[in-house]
Amino acid sequence: MQLQVNGDSLEFEGRTISDLLARLEIHGRRLAVEVNRDIIPKSEHAAYALNDGDIVEIVHAIGGG
Amino acid sequence: MTPDTFEIAGRSYQSRLLIGTGKYKDFEETRAAIEMSGAEIVTVAIRRTNIGQDANEPNLLDFISPDKYTILPNTAGCYTAVEAVRTCKLARELLDGHDLVKLEVLGDQKTLYPEMRETLLAAEELVNDGFKVMVYTNDDPIAAKKFEEMGCVAVMPLGSLIGSGLGILNPHNIRIILEEAKVPIIVDAGVGTASDAALAMELGCEGVLMNSAVAHANNPVLMASAMKKAIEAGREAFLAGRMEKKAYASASSPLGGLSR
Repeated sequence: MQLQVNGDSLEFEGRTISDLLARLEIHGRRLAVEVNRDIIPKSEHAAYALNDGDIVEIVHAIGGG
Repeated sequence: MTPDTFEIAGRSYQSRLLIGTGKYKDFEETRAAIEMSGAEIVTVAIRRTNIGQDANEPNLLDFISPDKYTILPNTAGCYTAVEAVRTCKLARELLDGHDLVKLEVLGDQKTLYPEMRETLLAAEELVNDGFKVMVYTNDDPIAAKKFEEMGCVAVMPLGSLIGSGLGILNPHNIRIILEEAKVPIIVDAGVGTASDAALAMELGCEGVLMNSAVAHANNPVLMASAMKKAIEAGREAFLAGRMEKKAYASASSPLGGLSR
């Protein structure tokens, strides 16, 4: 399936958010994930199935004032 | 003497210095400066994770641990209430339900001045959603009162423009805000050097939030130390109660008994 991840197209073979994070090698980090503008809690990442065309945003904390 | 702590959203803190994590050379310098500052509340920004880059890229929160510090996520870079509310919700998810946020909704890039209408809208929505909102605002006493009535846990007027280092340009307004306030008033933005921070505390502010003054000093760790002392000194001066200003001299040494 084709996803939009943080603004870029990504061809993705897996199924869930956890699969996606593993594929991006950011699994287990302190992140928050939104799919089509809905926040998906961490507890649901393993079960949440992504669909073709989903818009995924992944954010983390950086330096700021 | 009872310890002079202050309270934000039901939690008490020893340090009245709140510090940002932006603009440092690297995370090591960030960690060293923040440790030196003695701050317990530390701001962070929320941004997209870089995809496809080094998977072992260090993470800010590995250096500034949420177990040690109260992490205060901000909404920097948001220009509408909708964006700011969304950012706070992402931060809450990111920080496992932690609901203390620094709300800032900006008007333009040149001044980074708060967009008050959008800030008020966002504050109301966030408070209703259970967030504990520390709000960045202009130094307008009427707005400060509105945020307080709305249920914000702290009101944070600017001393001057974000990152300007111009100090507290209108101490009179800050004083009026303080006279009326029932929630902590924290000067946020504009502090350039230690005397600015001391002035904020001498006015009676509960704390000072700063980033650039430390991060952009030639020696950030030393400036962090200076700021810690300035805030403690300013607080003590406020509690001590300063002498009145007089137009003419008043001798400190007794006038009588001079040897002639």
